[in-house]
Amino acid sequence: MSVLSQIADVVAAACLLAGALLCLTAGVGLVRFPDVLSRMHAGTKPQVLGVLLVMAGGAIRLQGLAASWMLLLVAAFQLLTAPVSAHMISRVAYRRRHVRRDLLLVDELRDAGNGDGGYRGDAPADGPQLS
Amino acid sequence: MIVVAVIAHTLLGSGALLTLLRLARGPSLLDRVVATDTLLVIIAASLAVHAALSRDATVVPVLVVVSLLAFVGSVSIARYVGGMLLRSAADDGRDAGLPPAAEEREVRG
Repeated sequence: MSVLSQIADVVAAACLLAGALLCLTAGVGLVRFPDVLSRMHAGTKPQVLGVLLVMAGGAIRLQGLAASWMLLLVAAFQLLTAPVSAHMISRVAYRRRHVRRDLLLVDELRDAGNGDGGYRGDAPADGPQLS
Repeated sequence: MIVVAVIAHTLLGSGALLTLLRLARGPSLLDRVVATDTLLVIIAASLAVHAALSRDATVVPVLVVVSLLAFVGSVSIARYVGGMLLRSAADDGRDAGLPPAAEEREVRG
């Protein structure tokens, strides 16, 4: 085994271990944090950085263009879909009052002055009219 | 590489167990959605770790399926919960049939 492939293996192992460590921190954060928004903050650590690190490690270890392209595809899907799902979940969480609003530092939906405490500040335009 | 495999699978497994704990305990549906999302990401990461450490590219197409499944699942459940909210809105700004708000629940203990 040449020196170059040993270096590549060490780099790949470091990437894989860092990604696995991020998955563990996501689990710890999900158990410890108080409400939906902060749990989502913890849960998205492996969604972006962890998956990117693991995919990089896998692409180094797996020789072959097909596998590397597919790992790149997975990473691109994660980067595209994580903001969309996080936005939808956090919007519904705010409107269903699963957010500890006393822990928020900035609450623009409350300050928007909707008359009912801001819970309906971002109701969809095509939804049924509320009052 | 065996040492790396043991350490990585231990980290991933304990993360998945903690996520399962939140999935079982989660007070609201959205907590469970977040936990499911994270659990699927951890499953995808462990599949990738297995593929990388055994130099076996068989499970790589499964990664695409799992990552798309996480997205579709969380978005559809979020839409479903949002529809429940719109239909159950009451007149006084409170929503009928909803659990108390997170901060009110915290005050009452």
